[in-house]
Amino acid sequence: MPAKRTAAASAGPVPAPSPPTIPSSSSTTVASPSALSSGPKTLTTNSSVLDIAHTVWQQYLATTPQRTLLLDAFMGFLVLVGGVQFLYCVLAGNYPFNAFLSGFSAAVGQFVLTASLRMQTSSPSAAGVVSSGKGGKGKAAAAKETGSNGISHERAFADYIFGSLILHFFCINFIN
Amino acid sequence: MAESPLNVLLKGNTGRNTRGLLRIIILGTIAAAAVSSRLFSVIRFESIIHEFDPWFNFRATKYLVQHGFYSFWDWFDDRTWHPLGRVTGGTLYPGLMVTSGVIYHILRFLTIPVDIRNICVLLAPGFSGLTALAMYFLTCEMSTSPSAGLLAAAFMGIVPGYISRSVAGSYDNEAIAIFLLVFTFFLWIKAVKNGSIMWGALTALFYGYMVSAWGGYVFITNLIPLHVFVLLCMGRYSSRIYISYTTWYALGTLASMQIPFVGFLPIRNSDHMSALGIFGLLQLVAFADFVRGFIPGKHFQRLLTTMIIVVFGAAFVGLVVLTVSGVIAPWSGRFYSLWDTGYAKIHIPIIASVSEHQPTAWPAFFFDLNFLIWLFPAGVYMCFRDLKDEHVFVIIYSVLASYFAGVMVRLMLTLTPIVCVAAALALSTILDTYVLATPGPNPKAKVVEDTSSEPLRSARKPDVGITSYLSKLVVTSSVVIYLLLFVAHCTWVTSNAYSSPSVVLASRMPDGSQHIIDDYREAYYWLRQNTPHNAKVMSWWDYGYQIGGMADRPTLVDNNTWNNTHIATVGKAMSSREEVSYPILRQHDVDYVLVVFGGLLGYSGDDINKFLWMVRIAEGIWPDEVKERDFFTARGEYRVDDQATPTMRNSLMYKMSYYNYHTMFQGGQAVDRVRGAKLPAEGPQLSTLEEAFTSENWIIRIYKVKDLDNLNRDHGNAVAFDRGHKRKRATKKKGPRVLRTE
Repeated sequence: MPAKRTAAASAGPVPAPSPPTIPSSSSTTVASPSALSSGPKTLTTNSSVLDIAHTVWQQYLATTPQRTLLLDAFMGFLVLVGGVQFLYCVLAGNYPFNAFLSGFSAAVGQFVLTASLRMQTSSPSAAGVVSSGKGGKGKAAAAKETGSNGISHERAFADYIFGSLILHFFCINFIN
Repeated sequence: MAESPLNVLLKGNTGRNTRGLLRIIILGTIAAAAVSSRLFSVIRFESIIHEFDPWFNFRATKYLVQHGFYSFWDWFDDRTWHPLGRVTGGTLYPGLMVTSGVIYHILRFLTIPVDIRNICVLLAPGFSGLTALAMYFLTCEMSTSPSAGLLAAAFMGIVPGYISRSVAGSYDNEAIAIFLLVFTFFLWIKAVKNGSIMWGALTALFYGYMVSAWGGYVFITNLIPLHVFVLLCMGRYSSRIYISYTTWYALGTLASMQIPFVGFLPIRNSDHMSALGIFGLLQLVAFADFVRGFIPGKHFQRLLTTMIIVVFGAAFVGLVVLTVSGVIAPWSGRFYSLWDTGYAKIHIPIIASVSEHQPTAWPAFFFDLNFLIWLFPAGVYMCFRDLKDEHVFVIIYSVLASYFAGVMVRLMLTLTPIVCVAAALALSTILDTYVLATPGPNPKAKVVEDTSSEPLRSARKPDVGITSYLSKLVVTSSVVIYLLLFVAHCTWVTSNAYSSPSVVLASRMPDGSQHIIDDYREAYYWLRQNTPHNAKVMSWWDYGYQIGGMADRPTLVDNNTWNNTHIATVGKAMSSREEVSYPILRQHDVDYVLVVFGGLLGYSGDDINKFLWMVRIAEGIWPDEVKERDFFTARGEYRVDDQATPTMRNSLMYKMSYYNYHTMFQGGQAVDRVRGAKLPAEGPQLSTLEEAFTSENWIIRIYKVKDLDNLNRDHGNAVAFDRGHKRKRATKKKGPRVLRTE
């Protein structure tokens, strides 16, 4: 599940308000209503938590592109796999502890790698937005960084494969 | 790297190339200086492994090279910790041995036959050159001015705080660990800056290497999460941090678990829990950040509150359950002693007994870091001025490392890199401000131009800005003087304080010529030549590794100190009367007992001076049989002369040290030169041991444990009988008196 807000903001089919203007602090309130107006459902100020969650879900389904959804599905699957292993460990004991650990960490590791990939690819300007949003004090440096920081999709995917290879090498080595 | 803007003198593309070439040459020179300044001991003595721990590493490396990697991995060593043995393959950090093994095989493959000993001796200097290089990269990430990087590399190359652990021959884990530490930090900074999986994964790889090389990896394990945590608290969460941290943690933890000695510690031990906690926290923050993109602030806040309550409730319950059920191990003793300096002294004497675990004395900071120590705060202040993510890292690192260096002498080693970085930042700012040709030096201005080699530039520059000619000259020349003083100081410290192998001692003769005292090797070689291959040698644990490495004889205890009880047994045997010690020696199959005695030569690191630690450690296990108080006189003095307490005089250690010592001197003039004490005219009598060997300067004394008496007498009686038999009846009256003094 963890992914990134800029995904929705910039990659959605809806012409969202230009993301770079959104500062990272609490000013989302200003920008979001316009995004919400085209969303599936508007919220009243005092709707319940469940309602909010529901809206988020709707919004998410409506604004996420197909490829990112695929990644999300994979991440969901990994959470499931990790959860099942953990449950097994709790219920049936952790006897082959190495095996459990490597299985579980493979799931967790792949999950975070996928989340990282999602962050890097779900919006082309993601890195740039974030760095200029956060590095408020070093504006010049942030601007300079954006050039080198805009990681292309291919680069991100290559990194992803590199990370996964290392991860699975360690897991296989550790599984006994 | 650092594509620096145009230099004033060297413009354009050629200029950049020239500067790149210059930089490479300078770095090469620095590396060469770093290597060569560590060779004092090789030149002055010979190519020999130093001190204590390196001897074990050396022995393990030889084993690795001889028997191959897999049998090294499964190595069970039955020649140490005598009755118990040691699962060596699973209880060491293999990084160092594997590194030199790989180098050995590569050189062999290139048909360069090099003795494995020379590789081991020269490994530390070689890696110090690499450390200087890594330091350059790390500092270049901190500052736009490449002069900072070069300065930091130069500092790192020759700073005594690092040289102390990396002279040629000190083949210890730190030899490669500091390089790995610095390089891991460089990769981490790179990862945080770029937010790419690749840098994160590389960080994890080098972190894994670091874990395989040194127990100090825990420092990285805690520093990186702390960095992330502080960034989160500063509201600087970004996808870059998420990517780099989670990649590092997921891969790095797996990598660290590959080392058998570390094993499941990363998920069990509390030392590693902060990293796990930050990992979880970061997931939540990322998720919250993701959700925030969808809904207005007010709703988000409500959702967030719910989430926080749920998550913290779950985490708290989980933590309580885990702690109660004992899944998470308590903090390790060494860790406690970091926070409470008195902890070790009270609870774990074996940790407190090691001199490098003592708190640092203040002069040591200046001694090890010279003028860097006062540039250090200035550099940290520079980091506050433009507070980017990497500067936060420097600040955290310097605060933590300063504290730790104050607590434990040997953690000065972790402080040294950051001092070099900070000092280089400060000094390069000074130089950039004063040396550059900008009219009117303005410290606030972001100076983009810079110098690649400051003395060169300083010679040419000052004639441009006439107005500030004087101040420029003063500042630059004083900086140059400081640098020269620093170099002189480093060389002096290295050659005088840190280049002694401590296996071979050097002293000056009255005429100034050097005199080598080689008692250790003499004695170990005697053991190797004159005792059976399986003769067990008992000594205090300090000498265990050396006996194993040089004499190749099984030992009872060694510097690994994994079994406190066993060490306490040896301590008890040393500090008890002969009648008590003899059964202990017999039970442990001891054939020879080795003591180090410096009384003749004035060598202060001997066993009588360490004796109180033996007593304390033994007292920790047998409080009612060994009592520290009994070794002090009524006035609370630790004495070895005729005022010494009976317990002291009857202890095996005392007897072995001073046995026959009075025969060296004319009529009752025996003097212990270490403790400046005049010894009683009558020397101690030994009945259960016999002197086997005493080295030239009496530093090492080896005693053979007597076998059981043929006539089934106890040894005291047998000796008394022998003495009585040899002498006349008249002197037999001496018999009982001898017994009483024993």
